[in-house]
Amino acid sequence: MTAVLEVRDLKVRFSTPDGEVSAVNGVSFDINEGECLGIVGESGSGKSQLFMAVMGLLARNGRTEGSAKYRGTELVGMPVKELNTYRGSKLAMIFQDSMTSLTPHLRIGKQMTEVLIQHKGMSEADARGKALDILELVRIPEAARRLNQYPHELSGGMRQRVMIAMSLLCEPDLLIADEPTTALDVTVQAQILELMADLKRVTRAAIVLITHELGTVAGLCDRVQVMYGGRFMETGDVRQIFYNPQHPYTNGLLSSMPRLTEDRREKLYAIPGQPPNLQRLPAGCPFQERCDFVHERCVAELPLLRPVTNAAGTGQMKACHLESLQHPVDDPSRASIPADAAPPVIRTSDARTA
Amino acid sequence: MTTELLRVEDLRVHFPIRTGGLVFGKYQPLKAVDGVSFELKQGETLGIVGESGCGKSTLGRAILRLIEPTDGKVVWLGKEEITGLKGEALRAKRADMQIVFQDPLASLNPRMTVGDIIGEPLTVFQPNMPKDARKALVKDMMAKVGLLPQMINRYPHEFSGGQCQRIGIARAMILKPKMVVCDEPVSALDVSIQAQIVNLLMDLQADMGLSLLFISHDLSVVRHVSHRVMVLYLGKVMEIADRDAIYVAPLHPYTQALISAVPVPDPDVEKSKARIVLGGDLPSPMNPPSGCVFRTRCPRATDLCAREAPTLEEKAPGHRVACHHWGVPGKGHGLENDPVQPGMLPTLG
Repeated sequence: MTAVLEVRDLKVRFSTPDGEVSAVNGVSFDINEGECLGIVGESGSGKSQLFMAVMGLLARNGRTEGSAKYRGTELVGMPVKELNTYRGSKLAMIFQDSMTSLTPHLRIGKQMTEVLIQHKGMSEADARGKALDILELVRIPEAARRLNQYPHELSGGMRQRVMIAMSLLCEPDLLIADEPTTALDVTVQAQILELMADLKRVTRAAIVLITHELGTVAGLCDRVQVMYGGRFMETGDVRQIFYNPQHPYTNGLLSSMPRLTEDRREKLYAIPGQPPNLQRLPAGCPFQERCDFVHERCVAELPLLRPVTNAAGTGQMKACHLESLQHPVDDPSRASIPADAAPPVIRTSDARTA
Repeated sequence: MTTELLRVEDLRVHFPIRTGGLVFGKYQPLKAVDGVSFELKQGETLGIVGESGCGKSTLGRAILRLIEPTDGKVVWLGKEEITGLKGEALRAKRADMQIVFQDPLASLNPRMTVGDIIGEPLTVFQPNMPKDARKALVKDMMAKVGLLPQMINRYPHEFSGGQCQRIGIARAMILKPKMVVCDEPVSALDVSIQAQIVNLLMDLQADMGLSLLFISHDLSVVRHVSHRVMVLYLGKVMEIADRDAIYVAPLHPYTQALISAVPVPDPDVEKSKARIVLGGDLPSPMNPPSGCVFRTRCPRATDLCAREAPTLEEKAPGHRVACHHWGVPGKGHGLENDPVQPGMLPTLG
């Protein structure tokens, strides 16, 4: 398998009047050809900024450290002019808010052909033909008429299809979808998810799906990386993460979701506390303040990603000092945990049967 | 539990929208809520689900008369008509009916302290209450919703989204209302905070014997909190039934599509399930389809649906559906046209 994107120790910092905000704190990973990678996290976990940094789209007060290589070419620190030959052509992005991401005063056709004329040097007429093909590919009804319409004339679901169509124009190697369905209604979301699943089959592109919705990830992704406080908490293939979560945060997230397939009206497991303040991240594990298993080592020492011992198959990694969630007492370092710490709800087993 | 608290009869909210020219334009009604009827029992949670533009928020506000209904009745405790109340009488009633809004920060006055915000209903409805007593009640309420009482003098911007929602809930609950309309109370919150707020609302309900109208587009959350569920589409009720009946054996094709569209956080289920994908988008409420409003997207639509709007009828005990071709779908959610008889329904617990 060839890696399309190799990210090594990437950090994103923002300088604000209130001090420095550490949005992403050193993450390393590869994205392989043709795979679909899910990046899961809550707001402020750094999931979007990580890929904004890769694309060189950070706000002006942001800066990137570390390395992100597209097929061997370093993207971090690349001059904008050179970067522009990659963005939109080799790497493409689908944004969450289709209303603000499309230019309101340009017709759809103009916005789409611009990309092809710029990157592929096509003639206006050829570009228009290609744009029409792609609009039909994403199943936009009356595609020819849409080319002459403005973004505000289209519905939310339709605009999102246009966004997806635009990202596909140059047949990119890497497609980054940042919350592509969050702003949409359930039935329209289903349409877009079906389209994404088709794209995954049809194109060779690697797809990154950035989302806070675990359901979307479960349906589309092959591999999942769970982020919290600008770090990866747990990574693994989709079945490992959903059926055998080994990090207390992943487990907490999965347990705190009400399920459609559940018919009990009982209390939900809730992760206590608030997401961390990125200006004052604690030394040690970023999740320590909300973790049911916290002990001295978590406060003192930052856990690094390491292979999970009781994983089904290989490749599952977690950043946690605990040996195992099921038998946390086996871990000798857990002796210092206060006796009144509430036992967490572990429902990894019944997740299967749900 | 079985006493009726609220009965809504044929409630309509039509907004006049100007179409055409500025001078010679005409007003055309936008039917945001169009003939909605239901009842809410004491201590019950009724979930109201639907996509954006279906009128679920307008309905919630019209019941509280934050928006004036165009037509229809809202009857309180079987005798008093809220829709007929005026001035002081309506004001007094508001102590029993409160609302929690979607955007936690925007619904709090940024220039008031948390104590003043939570205590404001008391200053309005019990102006003679001594300051100390009020403060004690506010602190009590803060502790109840999981806020530290010593934070009483802070301002909303000092709190996170989840905490702001707790403040909004405290403000709604401090008068011990009988009914609270929750308008998308958790949609703006992170997953891990959602569970905290859902638990809090359910605890408060059990504690105070509240009735809740829980408005949400998130079907998983609604299933978790509701006793009964009502499905709206373009201002009309499509289906209303007990929670399990709605989720296990929905009879309306729209409900069936809605439920099958929700992504489930389970890879094996999600990757293998047959999804009913509806084509197209919600029609404009300015110009709804003739007959059944859902027919333009309905896989079972026939000529009959274009001619005649179906009425909401009881098809199984406590299970009302507005559809000419209602019934459980055939195997694999193929939505075959096979209306079932009430006796064929799976028994529901």
